[in-house]
Amino acid sequence: MTPSRLVVVGSSLAGLRAAEAARRNGFTGTVTMIGAEDHLPYDKPPLSKAFLDADDRPTPVYRDRESLAELGIDLVLGEPATGLDTEVRSVQVGVREIPYDALVIATGARARSLPALEGHAGVHTLRTLDDAVAVRSAVSDGAHAVVIGAGFIGSEVASSARGRGLATTVVEASDTPLARAIGEEMGAVCARLHPAHGTALRTGVTAVGAEGDGRVERVVLSDGSTVDADLVVVGVGAVPDTDWLADSGVTADDGVLADATLATGVPGVYAAGDAVRWHNDLFDETMRLENWTSAAEQGALAARNALDPAAATPYSTVPYFWSDWYGVRIQFAGVARADEVVVVDGDVDAHRFVALYRRGDRLVGALTLARPTEIMKYRALIARRADWAEALEFAAARAEAAAARC
Amino acid sequence: MQIIFDQDKCTGIGLCESFAAEVFEIGDDGALIIHGEAVTEERRGALMQAVDGCPTNALRLVES
Repeated sequence: MTPSRLVVVGSSLAGLRAAEAARRNGFTGTVTMIGAEDHLPYDKPPLSKAFLDADDRPTPVYRDRESLAELGIDLVLGEPATGLDTEVRSVQVGVREIPYDALVIATGARARSLPALEGHAGVHTLRTLDDAVAVRSAVSDGAHAVVIGAGFIGSEVASSARGRGLATTVVEASDTPLARAIGEEMGAVCARLHPAHGTALRTGVTAVGAEGDGRVERVVLSDGSTVDADLVVVGVGAVPDTDWLADSGVTADDGVLADATLATGVPGVYAAGDAVRWHNDLFDETMRLENWTSAAEQGALAARNALDPAAATPYSTVPYFWSDWYGVRIQFAGVARADEVVVVDGDVDAHRFVALYRRGDRLVGALTLARPTEIMKYRALIARRADWAEALEFAAARAEAAAARC
Repeated sequence: MQIIFDQDKCTGIGLCESFAAEVFEIGDDGALIIHGEAVTEERRGALMQAVDGCPTNALRLVES
C-alpha cells in the first residue's frame, strides 16, 4: 500500500525536517505535524546562547505560517499527542484522532526538573522558547544567578549571565563536569573556563533546597552552605518524551528503540531526534543523541523511510555538537568513550587546542576549543574509520601547517 | 552554478564543510571560506546537502 497520510508527532527540528523531506521527495499525500507548544517550529541551540545575550534578539523561527502552508503541512499545535493506536493507525491528541499510514515520532525530550527547588518563583529550566524568554528576562533584571548542572546548556547559561554582569555560580553534583559527553580529562579542562571568566564553580555538591519568601533568594547546597540567587536555572539533563507511547506496541527505554533505518519495528512507525535510541552502524553502538545535527538528518531520513520502507536506508553518523562559552567555541565530533585522549595541537591552559580520542587502534573522537578550522577535518577522518596512526600523522601535518601560517 | 552565502547569518558551525570539504572550509577565525573554483556540476548533490543542512540558512545555490 502506498501511504497517503504522513503524520509527524513533534514540531521541533526533527519533526519539521521530516515534513519538509516528505515534500522534497515528491510526496503528495497529506502531511500533518503535531506539536505540544503553540509556537511554530523554532531553532533551539541559540536559546541558551546568543538569545540570552541581549533582550532584543529575535525569536529564531524556521519558517512562517505561510511558508508551512505553501508546503502543504497541516499544523496541529498547542496540545501534545496523548496516545497512539498502532492497530488502527491513529494518533490521539486529547479527544481528537488523527489517522496515519506512515508515522514519524519526533517528540524530543523535556528538561529534567529538580523537585528540591520547586515551588519558588525564579527557578527555571531551559528547553523551550517560553523557558528562554523567562530566563532572559530574569537575566536582564537579576544580580545573582545560580546554575544547577555544569553540562553544556547550564554552562552556556552561566556564560551568558556572567557576560551580562551577574554574579554567577555553577553547582555540579559530580566531581568532573561533562565526563560522559567529552570524557573526564577534557571535562575538567572545559570546566576551568568558568573560574577563568569569573564564574564560581562548585563541584561535588548538590542543591538540596531553596529559601526565600515566594521568590528564590538563596539556594541551599548539600554541604550546608548557601548561595545568593534571584535566578536559578536547572540544567540537569533531559528525558525523552515517550510517555504517550505507553501500551502502543512501540518500545521505549530511554528513547524509542529503533534499528539502523530508524524503524521501530511497528509497521509504518519510524522515530527521529532526541526521542530515538537507534543503532549507529558506524560505531556499532545503540545511541540516543541530543544534538542539532542528528535531529535534522534523522528527521528527514525517518520520513523518507516511513514513506518507502522497502527502500529504507540506514542512518549512521559521526555525532557532532558545538557550544559557546565566554566567547570560546567548543566543538566535539565522534564519541567520548576512549582508551586514551591526546592533545595533538595547541595549548590546553590557553583553552585553544585540538584533542583526539583513541579506542583500540581507531580514532573515535575529536574535541577542539577555539580551533574551528580543525574540527570537520577530524570528523571526516572519523567517518571513514581512520586508524590512530593515520590520525596522528594528519595531526602532525596540520600542526606544522598552522605553525607555518603564524 | 554558484554558491551565495550570507555572512551575517553564518555562525561558522561547519556542517557545510562536512558535506563538501573541497568547497567549504571554516577558517582559523571561524569565518567561512568558499573555494569557488571547486563549485562544479559533479558536486551538485553534496552542495545541495550543504545548502539544505545549514543550521542558519546562510547558503544558497544559484544557477549562473
